[in-house]
Amino acid sequence: MNDEPLLRIEDVTKRFGATLALDHVRFELQAGEVHALMGENGAGKSTLMKILSGNIERDSGQIYMDGRAIDIRTPLDARAHGIAIIHQELNTVPHMSVAENLSLGREPRTRFGVLDRRRVRRDAREKLARIGSDIDPDRPLGSLSVGMQQMVEIARAVSEEARVLVLDEPTAALSRAEAQQLYALIGQMRTAGVGLIYISHRMEEVWQLADRVTVLRDGGYVGTGLMADLTPEDVVRMMVGRAMGDLYDHPRRTTGKPMLSVENLTGDGIGPVSFDVHAGEVVAMAGLIGSGRTEVARLIFGADRRSGGRVTIDGRDSRPSGPHAAIGDGFGMVPEDRKDQGLFLDHTVEINIAISSLDRLSTAGVVHRAETREAVLAEMKRLHLRQNAIDLAVKALSGGNQQKAALARWLMRDSQVLILDEPTRGVDIGAKREIYELIDELAKAGKAILVISSDLPEAIGISDRLLVMREGRIVHEIQSSSATEEDVMAHATGTAVRRVGASEGVEA
Amino acid sequence: MSDNRNAVAPSAAEAHPKAPFDFAKWWDRVGILMVLVALVLLMALIAPNFNRIDNLLNIARAISVNAILAAGLTFVILTGGIDLSVGSIIAVSGVIAVVLAIAGLPAPLAVTAGMLVGAACGLVNGALTAYLALAPFIVTLGTMTFLRGLAYTITAGQPIVSSDLNFKGIGNGYVSGIPAPVIVMAIVFLVAWFLLERTRYGRHVYAVGGNAQAARLAGVRVNRVTLSVYVIAGACAGLAGVIFAARVISAQPTAGTGYELDAIAAVVLGGTSLAGGRGRIVGTLIGSIILGVLSTGLILLSVPFFTQLLIKGVVIILAVTIDSLKTRPLPFLTAGRRKG
Repeated sequence: MNDEPLLRIEDVTKRFGATLALDHVRFELQAGEVHALMGENGAGKSTLMKILSGNIERDSGQIYMDGRAIDIRTPLDARAHGIAIIHQELNTVPHMSVAENLSLGREPRTRFGVLDRRRVRRDAREKLARIGSDIDPDRPLGSLSVGMQQMVEIARAVSEEARVLVLDEPTAALSRAEAQQLYALIGQMRTAGVGLIYISHRMEEVWQLADRVTVLRDGGYVGTGLMADLTPEDVVRMMVGRAMGDLYDHPRRTTGKPMLSVENLTGDGIGPVSFDVHAGEVVAMAGLIGSGRTEVARLIFGADRRSGGRVTIDGRDSRPSGPHAAIGDGFGMVPEDRKDQGLFLDHTVEINIAISSLDRLSTAGVVHRAETREAVLAEMKRLHLRQNAIDLAVKALSGGNQQKAALARWLMRDSQVLILDEPTRGVDIGAKREIYELIDELAKAGKAILVISSDLPEAIGISDRLLVMREGRIVHEIQSSSATEEDVMAHATGTAVRRVGASEGVEA
Repeated sequence: MSDNRNAVAPSAAEAHPKAPFDFAKWWDRVGILMVLVALVLLMALIAPNFNRIDNLLNIARAISVNAILAAGLTFVILTGGIDLSVGSIIAVSGVIAVVLAIAGLPAPLAVTAGMLVGAACGLVNGALTAYLALAPFIVTLGTMTFLRGLAYTITAGQPIVSSDLNFKGIGNGYVSGIPAPVIVMAIVFLVAWFLLERTRYGRHVYAVGGNAQAARLAGVRVNRVTLSVYVIAGACAGLAGVIFAARVISAQPTAGTGYELDAIAAVVLGGTSLAGGRGRIVGTLIGSIILGVLSTGLILLSVPFFTQLLIKGVVIILAVTIDSLKTRPLPFLTAGRRKG
């Protein structure tokens, strides 16, 4: 590494009204380095990246590239300096083709001023080839998996000769195979001298990828260190300002009678699937994205149509005509995609929590308002949500608190069987721990809990029993206490059977 | 849960600093009302005879048809839908009510029949939108044309005048000095307010408009709610059609032409988002009144009709602009907003 870093951020401060979002933050990035940026939600990572990408302006501080001070006021400035960001939410046009997306904003024209379709396609193929991808440029972008869409975004950044690339939780929605592909690409870009800023909550992958880490806390700079000198515990301590202990530690649970029984459940491309979840038990479902875990949850919950099989809850048959009926039977589900399927982002925390319990809080359809408010406040207190957030739009909460609000809905309903689909995705460590504690508490109260998680250490750590799904079926079942990540992964991928296909990615 | 009634507010909540000025919230609460007050004051100052009681009652009566239409439409727009057919429903329901009244049906039944015709039209709109998942804009564009054709067909294209129409009182009568349609309008808004603000159904309407997928997974019967809002809009349009027919003491196949746009304007002016999930029925009432006051005032000021249209257009665009600032405020309005 030479003396003058590729990118240097010095004493950047940003204030939003009364809130000090960034307080004299510094950061350094070398060419060819992967530098992890870590911190809990609200620590200031996003704000810092928005300043770097020109989406918001800093109040004070300096940004240098190759030792020269640069001024970034708009996204165009950032682009001109070779800074590109791959956002958590992708900025693409789903119904346009891959090629059209890649030429968006700088479409080549023929001599007659008409869009040059042939060149659009040829350019796209070249751009994709540069990152070693063979995605068909004619496919509508929306038909690709999230991982492949991300590849397209990266191809765009690379084609624009980006020198600094920010990846904001890039693997949050990726399958393991897709993530591996991304890791390979990151290696490639690093060799080409691109500086990468990597934001992630996943310790494991940060240690696998990054050279250094910088930690922010409450808008302030905490420190920077070499990965080799640090342990995950060190970083967690820097992030939260205290030691965490074992995240997944839970006492041995005693389980009761079967609360949820699924027999030969089938649906579109799913099953037959059979399993039980007992009262007081936490069962985790592991598997790759697309293995059918979410689909099974939706079939149980009445969100998709079953083609066969039987589901019983506490011994009673449950054949819901829709989620409303499943809820009446005693089910509760926190869906995978909090923003699209779980919450009413513009609506208040109160109604987001109360919505599924209104039948119990109303007489002849008229809502008892004081009672509802009181019940919501009680759940918020239980989940350590600020009481005065009750009238805020739920989108104003951090990711972790949003997830707690989504959970609170079913706590309030007192659902007997809870299905939690990726309950800690995009959630900071503090909130993660609280969610684990809550799951534990619910199990102790005799609820049956089915957790879907792509985070293997989590799936193993918080559960009593583990089901592994592949291609719409349960292929493996094991006590969590004797499960290993390697073993689970082998069953999830079916590696023993066909090792060859592993690197080809999903949707093969 | 009542035992921790007093224990729920920790001291941190009370120590929370006073929230900085929030334009969006302020506008939501009183913005549109201020516009109305300013408009009324302006008119009272410059328009001759504006602030006479009889004129104000006339304004109230003049807006009642549009306001009732807009009340029903508010439900649809809150779910993120749209209903372009309400203007045509005015014609069909008015025509059928008049025909039935002439055939000897007593007034209360003729009025009810008019509403039921409207509700039935709404049922078709709602069923196509909810169960066939068709775009409501296209569905109601189709029924708008169809129903207009139906009104012409029933009347053979000619108005049916019936000077002793038995339900003409609902359009022209007075109850203790207040015009009957104004009373009907007040009842409609009271019921709509109660449904939206106080019932589970109302919460479900907002939920469907806020996020239909999330609503379904939260146990809201989205299809039923969607169906119901079109029925409500249809019934309101049916009622408006009956009042319109009573006012002009005849069945007019051209009745209500273009009214859907005035009603949409009133809803949007009242702060309800066309994207759904956000808005207030009280806003719709204020929006209707603003449009009515504006029209009457401009007439009293002898502003030419063409110019009136210009002014109304500008007012509507201004209102929508302010509404959009509310959802994605300009930088100078975002002070105090917490970052992600």
